Amino acid sequence: MSGADNVVWLGTPAFPQAARTALADTQLRANLRRATGTIRDKRLAVAAELEDWEELRETAAAVKRHTLRHLDHHLLRLEKSVTAAGGVVHWAADAAEANRIVTDLVRDTAESEVVKVKSMATQEIGLNEALAEAGIRAYETDLAELIVQLGRDRPSHILVPAIHRNRSEIREIFRREMGEWGRPAPEGLSDDPRDLAEAARLHLREKFLRAKVAVSGANFAAADTGTVVVVESEGNGRMCLTLPETLITVMGIEKVLPSFADLDVFLQLLPRSSTGERMNPYTSLWTGVTEGDGPQNFHLVLLDNGRTATLADEVGRQALACIRCSACLNVCPVYERTGGHAYGSVYPGPIGAVLTPQLVGIGSDIKSGAASLPFASTLCGACYDACPVKIDIPEVLVHLRAKAVEAGRRGRRLPTVEALAMKAAGAVMSSPRRLAAAQKLAGLGARLVARDGRIGALPGPFAGWSASRDTPVPPRETFRAWWRRTRRPAHADSSATVEGKGRG
Amino acid sequence: MRIALFITCFNDTMFPRTGQAVTALLERLGHTVEFPQGQTCCGQMHFNTGYRPETLPMVGRFTEVFEGYDAVVVPSGSCAGMVRDHHRVVAAQYGDAALTEAVERVAPTVYELSELLVDVLGVTDVGAYFPHRVTYHPTCHSLRMLRVGDRPLALLRAVKGIDLVELPDAESCCGFGGTFALKNADVSNAMLADKMRHVLGTGAEFLSAGDNSCLTHIGGGLSRLRTGVGTMHLAEILASTEGDPR
Repeated sequence: MSGADNVVWLGTPAFPQAARTALADTQLRANLRRATGTIRDKRLAVAAELEDWEELRETAAAVKRHTLRHLDHHLLRLEKSVTAAGGVVHWAADAAEANRIVTDLVRDTAESEVVKVKSMATQEIGLNEALAEAGIRAYETDLAELIVQLGRDRPSHILVPAIHRNRSEIREIFRREMGEWGRPAPEGLSDDPRDLAEAARLHLREKFLRAKVAVSGANFAAADTGTVVVVESEGNGRMCLTLPETLITVMGIEKVLPSFADLDVFLQLLPRSSTGERMNPYTSLWTGVTEGDGPQNFHLVLLDNGRTATLADEVGRQALACIRCSACLNVCPVYERTGGHAYGSVYPGPIGAVLTPQLVGIGSDIKSGAASLPFASTLCGACYDACPVKIDIPEVLVHLRAKAVEAGRRGRRLPTVEALAMKAAGAVMSSPRRLAAAQKLAGLGARLVARDGRIGALPGPFAGWSASRDTPVPPRETFRAWWRRTRRPAHADSSATVEGKGRG
Repeated sequence: MRIALFITCFNDTMFPRTGQAVTALLERLGHTVEFPQGQTCCGQMHFNTGYRPETLPMVGRFTEVFEGYDAVVVPSGSCAGMVRDHHRVVAAQYGDAALTEAVERVAPTVYELSELLVDVLGVTDVGAYFPHRVTYHPTCHSLRMLRVGDRPLALLRAVKGIDLVELPDAESCCGFGGTFALKNADVSNAMLADKMRHVLGTGAEFLSAGDNSCLTHIGGGLSRLRTGVGTMHLAEILASTEGDPR
């Protein structure tokens, strides 16, 4: 095992089943449509403002390609510069090791609580749960993460983890749960966003002022200077990064950039792609420790957890270029209907569908878990167009589908019904004569089950399709037959010679 | 110009009218259409579902059958995209050097119908007449793989008598996606429902597109609900004239 178990939530069903549950939730659909629609429009507007948007994307993609190609080199440079600046670098091969490192570091401070700035990497490894087991309470301070944590929920979006909640749901969560975790919600809390934000502010302030240890993720880290960057909107992250005495940052190894100057490109692309803003409200950069200012102990945990294995895949590795902006989620028609929980992973949406199965490894059963995710797309391509670092998500999706099918073939003694059907269809479709025969058969069959020229409900694999769509009956004459009848003299028919022309 | 028609296996079986329309249209514009009988399928279904080795014979057959034409016209954005973008992937992974070279020669000669008309033949007004209210769905693969842009709309705008109405949220996927509609039927239905709502809101008599698979999906839903809205391939509208109406 890669040790990446926590990327996928235990017990999560395969995407089609999980999606069915999500689709039945009309409130969720409405919340998602409103939220993704708004961000989508804002993103288009601010991206259009930059004349060199496409060049920026290309530059970012090139920097990422270069970095991933020489990842070991840049990581060693990063270790050197962080150490030189007074930080301590730790290497974690998997989730268990990363959790152990962080837990030990917190224990060393003799503290029993930490404040956290929203971090995908710590979600990925299930750090909060690991800390809880060690008797350490982790408080999420990002507003949306706070809502998720208080609601005993899972994040549903990379950038807007509580995207699936509306404000009246949030009020209920605050009223019910805040007292359990610290300062309770004020009496008579309304669902006005300003009131909700004030309740969260009061609740969190108590924790910011008390906490001695903070845990963060990182958006970027510059190898040449050892500077770590966190980009956020609320300032809660800034409080975590500056007030405590000890700061522990857990960062996926792919987040390194060769140089500080590279931030120029990424800090333009990220906020525009994620929140549709020209610039995010808070960009915090720190380099090691500074005496008398900010945390006096800084630890950087470099997390692999399946990334090296992903890097080994020539097509799939581009998923590691992801800067977690979530633009692909916001434009994805599948995500828009199901939300993030259906993906059963910390990383939902199109990027999750290519990242998750790679981080945990493609299994042998495409009907379950992570291996169902590459199939959770129509390949419409909207994600590729939106991606600021030009990850060709559709390309990776079909690549991973092929790997899932291959893994299934290896893991099974008997082929699946689908594999048999595909094989049969392949044989038919590579020969015009067999195709013509199959067309004749299909036409006969279709006319047997049709009523009024349309086919209604069907059994088996077509049940889902035919539940809501009529299927037209094929006409009696195919195009091929029509052409022969109308275009060629009868005696010139010689399908055998034409048949011989193809390789199939 | 020697133009070969790749009808696609789906159109051949289910929508021969589309191929007949392409033929009528191109001949009306003064071109010769050839239909190589050895053609079968582009392999898209196998490729997109993860059955890559099975795709190889279809790639081989396609390149052999369509080698040497000035242009190959495909009345399907997704099949044209498969040939242009993915045949080289299959050839590189499973084929030999000769096949890769053949794909490199043939793939660039393959055009989706609106590309052929506008870019290669240089026409936008094809002399069509279609006195109906029509809305157009710009299928994903035409839009994002082939980047046909507004070529189909330019062609439709030039049709006499047509009442072309804009489809709201036109660029969002209809939810077909080949085997996606079978594997993820519930999500596909949810996407279809939204697409149908937008189509019905336009008050159009016909929904048109450059791909019969998307039209079968949306049309199947419109038919089940007995909406009375028909679907029609772009080629059929462009082939329609006062003397030869569709």
